[in-house]
Amino acid sequence: MSARRTIRIQSEPFDSAKETATLSALGSDIGAVATFIGYCRSENGRLKALELEHYPGMAEDEIGRVADEALARWPLDALTIIHRFGVMVPGDGIVFVGTASSHRAASFAACDFLMDYLKTRAPFWKKEILADGRVGDWVEAKADDDAALERWKR
Amino acid sequence: MSEIKLVYFAWVRERTGCAEETLTVPSTVRTIADLAQFLSTRDEGYAHAFEQPKLVRAAIDRTHVKPDALIEGAREIAFFPPMTGG
Repeated sequence: MSARRTIRIQSEPFDSAKETATLSALGSDIGAVATFIGYCRSENGRLKALELEHYPGMAEDEIGRVADEALARWPLDALTIIHRFGVMVPGDGIVFVGTASSHRAASFAACDFLMDYLKTRAPFWKKEILADGRVGDWVEAKADDDAALERWKR
Repeated sequence: MSEIKLVYFAWVRERTGCAEETLTVPSTVRTIADLAQFLSTRDEGYAHAFEQPKLVRAAIDRTHVKPDALIEGAREIAFFPPMTGG
């Protein structure tokens, strides 16, 4: 069967339990589902919220290219990627990645790979909103995130 | 001369004071790096946005490109900081 590829860029919250259940219910040969959820956090109370800006159109295209790369590299039955934009408060899910395959190795590796690539290639930018409501700075990209990509070079 | 749609995001957008514009670019501007240099001469805001060229990334028609990419035939060119999604 060809792999099921679901990509959504949305402002609304996602239901990670529902997304995971959808992946696990795809067929009797799904033996492993790996999921990752990235959350907005307060950084010890420093932040009230994060505002995520994105590049409409390119966000879908670029995440699609990253998804295709994962599907080419691992024997996945399905993957789901959801990335939100807009204002998020601590505890809100920002990104959901779920991968389904027969065995755990492909699910784990593809999920890890997808997050490393989303961090550095998906056109999203986070701006801090401080605890007192003032607008803070844009979050700076981390060198660690670029370094993480080196693991996947071949 | 060719007319190109330019879009800006995050602090590049804030510094240029512009989210989207259509611009006629002289034919001497051939690459993304040339275009960034050309834009930086427009006013103080653009100069600020492009003052550290290595910190500004670009996409042509919604695909990431390097500074040496040729802009000929591009419909939409975007400039933005390194991404911080996920």
